[in-house]
Amino acid sequence: MPTSFVLNGKPTTLDADPEMPLLWAVREIAGLPGTKFGCGMALCGACTVHLDGKAIRSCITRLSAVAGRQVTTIEGLQSRPAMAVQAAWVELQVPQCGYCQSGQIMSATALLEKNPAPTDADIDGAMSGNICRCATYSRIRAAIHAASNSMKA
Amino acid sequence: MSTKTLDASQTTRRNFLKAASGAAATALTLGFEWSGFSRRAAAAGAPAASAAPFAPNAFLRIDSDNQVTVIAKHLEMGQGAYTGIATVVAEELDADWAQIRVESAPADAKRYANLVFGTMQGTGGSSAMANSWNQLREAGAKGRAMLLSAAAKEWHVPVEELTVASGTIHHSGKNRQATFGALVATAITLPVPDHVTLKDPKDFKLIGQRVARVDAAAKSNGTAQFTLDVVFPGMLVALLKRPPLFGATVQSFDPTAAMAVTGVVKVVQVPRGVAVIAKSFWAAKQGRDALMVEWDESKAEKRSSAALMDEYRQLAEQPAMSARKDGDAVQAIHDAARKVSASYEFPYLAHAPMEPLDAVVKLGAGSCEIWAGDQFQTVDQANAAHTAGLDPQQVSIHTLYAGGSFGRRANPGSDYIVEAVSIAKAYGVEGTPIKLQWTREDDIHGGLYRPMYFHKLEAGLNAESRLTGWRHVIVGQSIMAGTPFAALIKNGIDGTSVEGAANVAYAIPNLAVELSTTQTGVPVLWWRVVGSSHTTFAVEAFIDEVAHAAGEDGFTFRRKLLDQHPRMKAVLELAAEKSGWTQGPLPKGKGRGIAVAEAFNTYVAQVADVSVDEDGQVKVDRVVCAVDCGTPINPDIIKAQMEGGIGFGLGAALYGAITLKEGRIEQDNFNGYRVLRMNEMPTVEVHIVPSTEPPTGVGEPGVAPVGPAVANAIFAATGKRMHVLPFSRKA
Repeated sequence: MPTSFVLNGKPTTLDADPEMPLLWAVREIAGLPGTKFGCGMALCGACTVHLDGKAIRSCITRLSAVAGRQVTTIEGLQSRPAMAVQAAWVELQVPQCGYCQSGQIMSATALLEKNPAPTDADIDGAMSGNICRCATYSRIRAAIHAASNSMKA
Repeated sequence: MSTKTLDASQTTRRNFLKAASGAAATALTLGFEWSGFSRRAAAAGAPAASAAPFAPNAFLRIDSDNQVTVIAKHLEMGQGAYTGIATVVAEELDADWAQIRVESAPADAKRYANLVFGTMQGTGGSSAMANSWNQLREAGAKGRAMLLSAAAKEWHVPVEELTVASGTIHHSGKNRQATFGALVATAITLPVPDHVTLKDPKDFKLIGQRVARVDAAAKSNGTAQFTLDVVFPGMLVALLKRPPLFGATVQSFDPTAAMAVTGVVKVVQVPRGVAVIAKSFWAAKQGRDALMVEWDESKAEKRSSAALMDEYRQLAEQPAMSARKDGDAVQAIHDAARKVSASYEFPYLAHAPMEPLDAVVKLGAGSCEIWAGDQFQTVDQANAAHTAGLDPQQVSIHTLYAGGSFGRRANPGSDYIVEAVSIAKAYGVEGTPIKLQWTREDDIHGGLYRPMYFHKLEAGLNAESRLTGWRHVIVGQSIMAGTPFAALIKNGIDGTSVEGAANVAYAIPNLAVELSTTQTGVPVLWWRVVGSSHTTFAVEAFIDEVAHAAGEDGFTFRRKLLDQHPRMKAVLELAAEKSGWTQGPLPKGKGRGIAVAEAFNTYVAQVADVSVDEDGQVKVDRVVCAVDCGTPINPDIIKAQMEGGIGFGLGAALYGAITLKEGRIEQDNFNGYRVLRMNEMPTVEVHIVPSTEPPTGVGEPGVAPVGPAVANAIFAATGKRMHVLPFSRKA
C-alpha cells in the first residue's frame, strides 16, 4: 500500500508495507543511506530524522505514521542551523567512526532550530538519546556551542 | 636484510627492487611492488599507456591529474588511521594535503602485512602507526626522490638544484616548476632508488600538526560509505537465527511461517544457524521473527555468571601457572609488618560497535568478493576461502569504513564473514550479492566478549611502610586458546590475560603474578586495550589501597616506585601537575583519584574528579589525561582518542556487563547493556608529552586508567572501595 509524504522537500510516494519502519523505507526504498541502523528500539539515536521539524527515531516510526507529513533526513538538511552544525562538526573534527554522526547531527540541528543558544543542560537533554560508542561527546557538545555562536554572527 | 623479488610481469617493466637499507630495513621490503600500476593496467586490458599513474610502491599512486592516492593497509574504524597513514606519506613526499586521498588496500599479506603481527594483514593492538611509520616514510620519500629525478631529467638540471614543497617541484635557476601530476609520465620510466634519506624531524610540516581528518566531511553529511550502505542490483539481505545458548545446535526447523512473509526468498541452514534470505532487511527481520527452530541444547553452556564467578573465586585459592616471579612474594607477605589484600571481579563485556556486524558477499564461479569493515583481511580471506571451497587468492576483500569495532571485527574465526559466505553458498545462485546484517540483539547475544575475570591481590609492607611483596592471581578464560594465535601461548600463559599485571612497572622486590586459565562455552575475544581492560584496574585500584595502608597519597606512593620507568613516571607527574593534585583535598562529596598504565608501548596517566551525592550517585566531573605516545603524528587525533577512550572505559566501569543466567545472555540491547551517554561524559583535558621516540598507538591505551582513577576518586570521596565491576552492580 503506497504512503505519500514529503521527503527532503519533495513529494514522495513509497509503495511499501505501511508497517515497515521509516528507517528501512528511506534507506532501502527511497535509497537514502545516510540514516543509520543502530538498535531498532529507539535506544541509540543513529536513525534520527526530522518529522515536521522534530527529531524522531525512524527505527520505531511506522511508514504509515508519516503519511502527509514532512520528513527530513541528513541528505535533505538545508536550514541555517543545519549548515552551522555540519560546519562545526568538520571544524572541531567531531567524527571518529562516524556511524552515529548522522543521527547526532539530526538531533543537534533539531535542537538549534528550536533553541539557538542551548545551555549544557539543554544539550544533555536533547543529545543523551544519541549514543556514540567512540564517545565523541565532548566534541559534539563543543560543536553545538560553536554552531550556536556562528549563527549569532 | 632480505631481498624481495617481483613477479615476472613486473620485473620486465621495472628494475629489480632491492630491500631498502638502513635501520628501517625490515619494514621496507614488503611494500615495494607495482601494485596500483599493474592492477590498473590489467584492468584496462592494456600495457601502461602515457596516462598511467605513477605508483612507485604499494602505498602510493599519483595520477597525471595530480591526485595523490595513499593506499591504507589498515582499517579506518574511527581511530584516525587513514589520516595518520596519509600524513606520514604526504610528509615525506612533500605533497599538498589538499591533493591527498586515501584508498583501502586489497587483502594481500605480501604487500600489506601488519609488521607487528608478522605475516598477516590486520589492524589491532594500537599498531597502525607504530608498524607503518618507517614503511610509509620510505614510501613517501622514494616517491619524492623519483619525482625529483623526473624533473631533473626533463629540465636537464642536477637534482640537487631542485626544491619541492606542497606538491610542486621548482628550479629557481631556470625558473621552472611542475606539479607532481605533470611529472608522472617521466617518473614511471625511472628506477626506484635503493636508498633515500628521510626528513629530519625538525623539517616536518604535517607530522605534529593538527591535520584535518580525511573522513570528517563525509562523516558529517551522511555520504561516508559503510557496509550497511552497500547496495547492488538484485542484492538480497540475510538475517541469521543463531542458537539461544552457546554451543547449542539446530535440531530441526520449519521454514513455512518465514517463507509466508512477503519478500522472503529462501530459508537455509548453515553451520551457525538458520538464515532467512529476503529482498529487504524488513522482510528478512519479519521472516526471522516468524521462523521456527528447535535447538539441541545438550552440549550447550548452561551456567550462570554468578556460578562461574564462584568457581573462579575458588580457583584463585589453588595453584596456578606463574607469569612472573621475582624473589619470594609469599614469604615476603608472610613476613610483612602489614598485609593488604583485595579481590576484583570483572564481567564479560560486549564491544557493541554502533554499526552492527555486516558483510556483503558475492560468490561467483571460482571467486568470492567481500565488502566489509574488515579488520583481519588475510585471516578473513583464508576463512572465507575455506568456507567457500576456494583458494585464498580467489577471495577479494573491499575494506570499507567500519562503524566502530573496538576489537570485535578482528576475530580469528571471522565469525560474521564466515556466516555471510556460508549463507551465500547455501543460497547457491552464483553472482547474487547477499548482505548479512546483524541486529543489535544479535550483537549483544553474539559472544566473543571480553572475558570475565577474577583477580586476587595481596601485598606486604615492612615496618617502614615500604612495599616488599606483591602477589597477583588472575583467573579467567584465554582469548588466544583454540585459535591460530594459540601458538603465542607460552608455558601455559596467554599474554593477553596477564599483560598490564605481569609487567607491572612498580619496583617491588618480591613479586608473583599467576594465572589460572578457565574454560567455558562462552566465546571470548580481545576488547579495546585487551588485557589492560582488567589488569590495569586491579593493579591501579590495589596500589591505591596499599598506598592508603602505607599512609601515603596515591600519587606520591606510585611515583617513588617508578624510578626505573621514566616515561611512566613522567606521565604520572604531568597528570598530577595539570590536575592540581598537590593542591590538597577536595570539598566534602568530591574526590580525586589517579591511575597510570602502559599499553602497546604508550604511557597514559589519568586523574579523575568525581562528585558523589547523598544517594551515592557518582558523577565524573573531569578527567585530566597525560599521554606519551612517542612522536605525536597528529595531536588532535591523539586527543580525540584519549577523549573517546576515556568515555568508552568509563561506560564499562560504571555500567558495562554481559551476564549469563543458565547460559542465556540477560541483556538484549542498549537498555540492558548500558553504555556512556552525553550527560555522563566528563570534561576531558589531554596533555601530550613532547617526544622524538618512534610513534606508538593511541586507539586503546586511553581506555585503561579511567576505571581505576574513578574508583580511587570514589574512595577519596566516600571511603568505599570498588571491588566489583561495573560500579552500578551491587556486590
